[in-house]
Amino acid sequence: MSARFLLPVPVVLPLIGAALCLVVHRRPAVQRALAVGIVGGVLAASVALLVLVESEGPVATDIGGWAAPIGITLVGDLFAAIMLVISVAMVFAVLLYAIASPSADDSTFFHPVYLILAAGVGASFLTGDLFNLFVAFEIMLTASYVLITLGGSRAQVRTAMTYIVISLVASTLFVTAVGLLYAATGTVNMADLADKVAELPSGLRSALGLLLLVVFGIKAAIFPLFFWLPDSYPTAPSPVTAIFAGLLTKVGVYAIIRTQTLLFPSDGPATLLLVVAGATMVVGVLGAIAQDDVKRILSFHIVSQIGYMIMGLGLYTVAGLAGAVLYIVHHIVVKTTLFLVSGLIEYTRGTAALQRLGGMARSAPLIAALFLLPALSLAGIPPLSGFVAKLALVQAGVGVGSWAIVTVSLAVSALTLFSMIKIWNGVFWGPTPEEEGEAGPVGAEPLGTAGAGAVALAVRHDAAVAHRRAPVGMWAPVAGLVVLSLVIAGASGPIYHLAERAAAGLLDPSTYVEEVLDR
Amino acid sequence: MIVTLAVTVGVLYAVGTYLLLQRTLTRIVLGLGLLTHGANLLLLAAGGRSGRAPLVGGGDGAVSDPLPQALALTAIVIAFGVSALLLTLGYRSWQLRHDDDVEDDVEDRRIARAAELGDDIVTVEGDIVTVEGDEL
Repeated sequence: MSARFLLPVPVVLPLIGAALCLVVHRRPAVQRALAVGIVGGVLAASVALLVLVESEGPVATDIGGWAAPIGITLVGDLFAAIMLVISVAMVFAVLLYAIASPSADDSTFFHPVYLILAAGVGASFLTGDLFNLFVAFEIMLTASYVLITLGGSRAQVRTAMTYIVISLVASTLFVTAVGLLYAATGTVNMADLADKVAELPSGLRSALGLLLLVVFGIKAAIFPLFFWLPDSYPTAPSPVTAIFAGLLTKVGVYAIIRTQTLLFPSDGPATLLLVVAGATMVVGVLGAIAQDDVKRILSFHIVSQIGYMIMGLGLYTVAGLAGAVLYIVHHIVVKTTLFLVSGLIEYTRGTAALQRLGGMARSAPLIAALFLLPALSLAGIPPLSGFVAKLALVQAGVGVGSWAIVTVSLAVSALTLFSMIKIWNGVFWGPTPEEEGEAGPVGAEPLGTAGAGAVALAVRHDAAVAHRRAPVGMWAPVAGLVVLSLVIAGASGPIYHLAERAAAGLLDPSTYVEEVLDR
Repeated sequence: MIVTLAVTVGVLYAVGTYLLLQRTLTRIVLGLGLLTHGANLLLLAAGGRSGRAPLVGGGDGAVSDPLPQALALTAIVIAFGVSALLLTLGYRSWQLRHDDDVEDDVEDRRIARAAELGDDIVTVEGDIVTVEGDEL
């Protein structure tokens, strides 16, 4: 069966590509073409894998020829395949954006490291082995450490330090959890663990479950482990922030969903997860409201949105998990788009601070449109993809009678809309900074007169320097992503059906376990 | 033997955590190193009693479990690479600022500044703190 041969492709191909990119490091054009070709190939393989898994059920393969519980297993089920396709699509779009935007891929190391990141993300989704998941995380994170510090500026070094240390603490806890699980069960294969963890005493089981939840909770930035994210993401170059925002935390969410459903299944709504989900939503959105920089607002929204995904898991029904899967798909696309748009704003105006922006709806209507659609989608305005995903989650919540979390999620939606409007008002409406400068202190009333004059002058100076038109190569991928999010909204019926089947596979992992162990 | 190992792991975690809570980067790096050592020893301890023969060829009788050793080896390599990266970053931080204290984050500095001034119109962009239009 050919799906088996497709499984290693998303991991191996980018790694080969990274090596080749290093070989041709003196020729940026060749490097770019190579990277685009490789990621395109991975995208094709992922789509083929999804199609095959959709029709034939989960597939597994053993790397190196050792049979399942001992050897390294790669497994593709519907959930993993969906995640893989949407993630690689983002990797592809952001790669095109990075190539077109000046200075993003100046370093000869950008493309090799970026491909290694893609390999790590692919490996995280496809691995069927807990220790191998740790290795995949490390591949992905080490690549991200390099990408976040590529500029080597002072702000980058400061934030990267927090990011790396936090990630390393999580990784050490992960090794600890793997060691303890191995001591308790004698295996690290996830399908094998599914059977053996069930036989452990309940106290030990919850301790291990909680330890893994903390480990992945740090990566996924759930409350109260999110504090590193809003500070570290905004300092990286836009394409890097976009791919981090779109993918890295979602790999953590994927790991939470995978381990909690496969290893530590619950028999009803999980109160702890629902409480964590609610707190994550509220704290994230309140943080976003307090910010006044586009990238920082969006970073806090990542935290808030993670809450919705955890909510779907916490409900622990097919409908809830299907809602979570749909939400993740929608969120990955929309969040990546919004960060790329903030990159476009920064590129055209030289800043992402709300006070120094304005009037872009007139001066750059295309960017305004590219922002408006995903922003409304993030807030959950019908008929966009965010509405469909939130509707699925709310219906699932009502289905099990968890009114508290449903209320919280709806209130947070309203607050999300509020902070999106804040960005819209600050960046796209109102006078442009030049006009504000001419009007004098009128546009800046709360400021002292002398100070305002200085600001106006400074702003006018800034604006005169930075008012560029983004090249086609930069906005075309963003437009493509906006179209993709509209397609997700339009095809939400079939996609929800697919998500429902993925969720059913998560809640009843018998075919998954069978495919891995008794092939 | 297993008790000795357990105590060692515990001490390594404790010392590692203590060092991790310091503000100096070199101490944090050392703390992380100790933590990973603790984790690796824990992996080894997960393999069962010590003193058994290694797994060579067919082997009959009690042999030590090779899997945790393979896991620990992988974890050691990863920790080595990441420590090298952290030390490089620490050096870069020293190049830029001539000390290796971890700086407060933007939000912290903003709140501290706002508290000092009794005012909340404080913005921080990059490393520049702005209060009511004056660059500080």
